[in-house]
Amino acid sequence: MSEHSTPHVLPLRVYLGIGAILLIFTIITVIAAQIDLGFLNIVIALAIATTKALLVAFFFMHLYYDNKLLFLIFASSIFFLTVLISLTMFDTLRRGDIYEIRDINIEQDAIIYDESSSVGADTSGTNH
Amino acid sequence: MEASYSDRPKHLAHHFAESKQQYDSAKLGMWLFLLTEVLLFGGLFLAYSVFRAWYPETFVNANKELNVILGGLNTIVLITSSVTMALAIRSIQLDRKEATLKYLFVTLLFAFTFLVIKYFEYSHKFHEGQLPGKFYTFEGIDGTNPHIFFSVYFMMTGLHGLHILGGIGVITWMMIRVRKNEFSSQYYTPLELTGLYWHLVDMIWIYLFPMLYLIR
Repeated sequence: MSEHSTPHVLPLRVYLGIGAILLIFTIITVIAAQIDLGFLNIVIALAIATTKALLVAFFFMHLYYDNKLLFLIFASSIFFLTVLISLTMFDTLRRGDIYEIRDINIEQDAIIYDESSSVGADTSGTNH
Repeated sequence: MEASYSDRPKHLAHHFAESKQQYDSAKLGMWLFLLTEVLLFGGLFLAYSVFRAWYPETFVNANKELNVILGGLNTIVLITSSVTMALAIRSIQLDRKEATLKYLFVTLLFAFTFLVIKYFEYSHKFHEGQLPGKFYTFEGIDGTNPHIFFSVYFMMTGLHGLHILGGIGVITWMMIRVRKNEFSSQYYTPLELTGLYWHLVDMIWIYLFPMLYLIR
């Protein structure tokens, strides 16, 4: 009998309720963005987005009811993404020389924008 | 032994002992795929973070060129499509095939609506010259390297849009299979996985909307 497992069916009101909460949060995040709160604006925007994402993951994607291994897989992707972004930010925000580089207009610098530039000619020369 | 083989349900592959094991394995594989999807978009989220930290004023000024109404509308469209997708799976769990087909069809309509709205946004930006890199010709944004904002915008929403297109293909395929009576409350794994994919695409947009449209 173990072959015929009955699926775990959530009541209709769970899906409709979560959907309504997600729509309300969408309106709140738009309104919150109209008010100038300085640094708090981005914190509030990301907090609301994360709340919405967790509701989707836990209820629409059933992570709340499923094997915890699946939650672990999802959480590990978020964890490593956080490591990638935070370590890169520590680097790029704490380097003195980056301040000079980033103020240059990229068009003047990049090889791909100007094929006749001396840098571009040198690169193609070394390939032969 | 051969007799027990003929007892097996049609959907059960020979290398699985029972349906539950096959279902759990498929779901585990799908979540591993979703992990790689998070990391795929993760590279773009990183580029966004770095460039926004480098050019805060440019991002604030350039983001005013995006249409919050259309972006918000698309958020509502996508969230509603996630609800109808979840209801499609709930219906097949209850063996209501007609309802499953209807919910999948509505989900498909929302997916097309999303792309139509995106088309209007894109064509406006093409018209104004608010394009990535060397194609950028717009002159109304103050700040260093405003084209970088549009590189990030088009890469993030473009990759997301491709995922919507892929979703449309898979949902259509699922509708054909429901019509062919391939699914029931005993076997609906492909529908469940399609749902997981669709919710992840929704989840990514939940972040893209405030990050791109609501900067201040």
